[in-house]
Amino acid sequence: MTRFFLTLSLVISIFSSFACVQKGGTGPAASTGDTIRVGVYGDTTGATSSFGVSTKNGIALAFDEINAAGGVNGKKLEMLFEDSQGSPEKAKTVISKLINQDKVVAVLGEVASSNSLAAAPVAQEAKIPMITPSSTNPKVTEVGDYISRVCFIDPFQGSVMAKFAANTLKAKTAAVLGDNSSDYSKGLTQFFEQEFVKLGGTVITKQTYNQKDQDFKAQLTQMRDQKPDVIYIPGYYGEVGIIARQARELGMNQPLLGGDGWDSPELWKLGGEALKNAYISNHYSADNPAPEIQNFVKSYTAKFGVAPDSLAALAYDSAKVLADAIKRAGGTDSAKLKDAINATKGLAGVTGSITLDANRNAVKPAVVLELTPAQSKFTFKETIYPEGMSAPATTAASNTAANTPANTATNANSTAVTNANTAPATNTTK
Amino acid sequence: MDTFVQQLINGLTIGSIYALIALGYTMVYGILRLINFAHGDIYMVGAYAGFFIATSMGFAANPSAFGFVVTLVGAMAISAALGMAIERFAYRPVRKFSKMTTLITAIGMSLLIEYLFIFIFSPTPRSFPQLLPVENFTLFGNATISSSQLMIFVISLLLMGVLQFIIYKTKIGKAMRAVSFNITSAKLMGINTNFVIAFTFALGSALAAAGGVLTAQYNPKIDPLMGIMTGLKAFVAAVLGGIGNIPGAVLGGLLIGAAETLVVGYGGYIGIPSTYRDAIAFAILIVVLLVTPAGLLGSNVQEKV
Repeated sequence: MTRFFLTLSLVISIFSSFACVQKGGTGPAASTGDTIRVGVYGDTTGATSSFGVSTKNGIALAFDEINAAGGVNGKKLEMLFEDSQGSPEKAKTVISKLINQDKVVAVLGEVASSNSLAAAPVAQEAKIPMITPSSTNPKVTEVGDYISRVCFIDPFQGSVMAKFAANTLKAKTAAVLGDNSSDYSKGLTQFFEQEFVKLGGTVITKQTYNQKDQDFKAQLTQMRDQKPDVIYIPGYYGEVGIIARQARELGMNQPLLGGDGWDSPELWKLGGEALKNAYISNHYSADNPAPEIQNFVKSYTAKFGVAPDSLAALAYDSAKVLADAIKRAGGTDSAKLKDAINATKGLAGVTGSITLDANRNAVKPAVVLELTPAQSKFTFKETIYPEGMSAPATTAASNTAANTPANTATNANSTAVTNANTAPATNTTK
Repeated sequence: MDTFVQQLINGLTIGSIYALIALGYTMVYGILRLINFAHGDIYMVGAYAGFFIATSMGFAANPSAFGFVVTLVGAMAISAALGMAIERFAYRPVRKFSKMTTLITAIGMSLLIEYLFIFIFSPTPRSFPQLLPVENFTLFGNATISSSQLMIFVISLLLMGVLQFIIYKTKIGKAMRAVSFNITSAKLMGINTNFVIAFTFALGSALAAAGGVLTAQYNPKIDPLMGIMTGLKAFVAAVLGGIGNIPGAVLGGLLIGAAETLVVGYGGYIGIPSTYRDAIAFAILIVVLLVTPAGLLGSNVQEKV
């Protein structure tokens, strides 16, 4: 009996010591009246933890730069970070904490659309502006006028890969292997199919898996029989690496296509050589020689020791959009701040020029990157502009970009592109 | 035809892993009437132990059969020790209380291991190094089997054979059977029941660890929560085969694995989307339990170890 209690007390003391350590790690310093408190939430410990880490780093870098330049309206920006653990329930809890307990003036996050969708209603109800750096599912900003984003949306991202498959890879048939537990993946599947069919292709089979599944050979075997020209896998890096490996083991050597959810340094470790002959759509390319991008890549790498992925770049941009809006709103009054964010126009970011449309979505071109596992690196392939861009001026732009990667998304180009495109893209959203 | 064979190979591969883990559930249940919920996490610990052995001893850099065997045996030994420690410090002190107390302790133990691992090793999935070169063998037509799948079959069969030998041909095996038959009488006959129970935990944990290392060769992503779903399915497999019954656990594991894969492969034709693969495992369990409540091979007459 005594021994039992001894064991129990040991266990309890272990637990409580963890609790202390964790509190010490994340506890924000008490803020003074001179700072503007901004809430940031992301997954730093869950299945998509590299997303949250990149997001946090990108925002930290942006805040440091802004604060070093004197802050916003004379006040410094302060980041309060909460871990969503990659679960929608937890995302909802932490955003409530940020808003109700920490009294932040605005929230930046999440990455995964399912998590943003769970958290957004809380921000909307509390009338606290929330900018998601990288949730691409259209439904996220439909929650309300306090929710906005600085990235493009899935109808566009899905169509980019369909265009690339049909036009560049000359694919006639495609198979889709989607993640059934993510809104992101479902959205991409739908819009990829729509566009691919429109371009004369056929989606011959659609299979799904669940996050954290270990075995994908059953789905892949079924696909193998149908001999698709390409396989579209709109999932997150954790599963994609394994899927690629198991597909190659089954002798399937088709090009694998994906989206920004693949963008993580972890992908290379999981997939290795199997990731040859694969392409993704993404928000920006670190190869882009434009000086503002190279400066960002340089200072990010110096600070965190790794090259920034697109999620870090988007997070950095979302922080810049927020700072700019606070400046224009002349303060942090939530209604004025929301209006200022939603009126963001032509703001130069590392992922291109950012203008929010009537649905608070940013309209920007996407890049297609080729995977080169030998160097663990994404290599720039081509830029694809939003639809409605078939206007003569923009065709020229996209041609130039396709021919000379050096020119991708110079600011002048993308601004023109974005503005011209605002109206048609709005339609796609609905 | 070759697709069907391919799906069967895929299914039996994961089924063998479930079977290895199910054996641990069933043996502990047979002896203590305890469902050891921490067993799925021992499978995870096995994979992590293998990971650290392989990376620290440099097997990751130069794959060899020797490195693989050392990793496998090392992981099994570490997990066996952990299984015994859990039994000694968590289950033995509460064994004399009600069954419910032990059950809750097991659930607590499971959560403790999971979150301890998240705390110490971070929740980020790790990539398990390839210890043996992967080759693909074509059986006929399109049906292929990879060396990692083949290895899972061979090693699982080997381990099950060893287990069968221990239980039926050795003295300790006889003691295990006696304890499972009636723990009080066994004690009166001079059997050191505490030792036998500890040994059972060690054996079950070693098998789970082997499952962990083998899975990691097939699917190199390991994370601290990988044991939850796999453990749950292995538990279902044990119950399906008749909990407490060793051949039943193997049969249950293979059945669940095959059913899961065939649902993904052919469910589409009868209107079951591939996402229902997990639901199917549990649906089968419910149906089997409705028809034969003791499981497929379970009965009250059979010896339980």
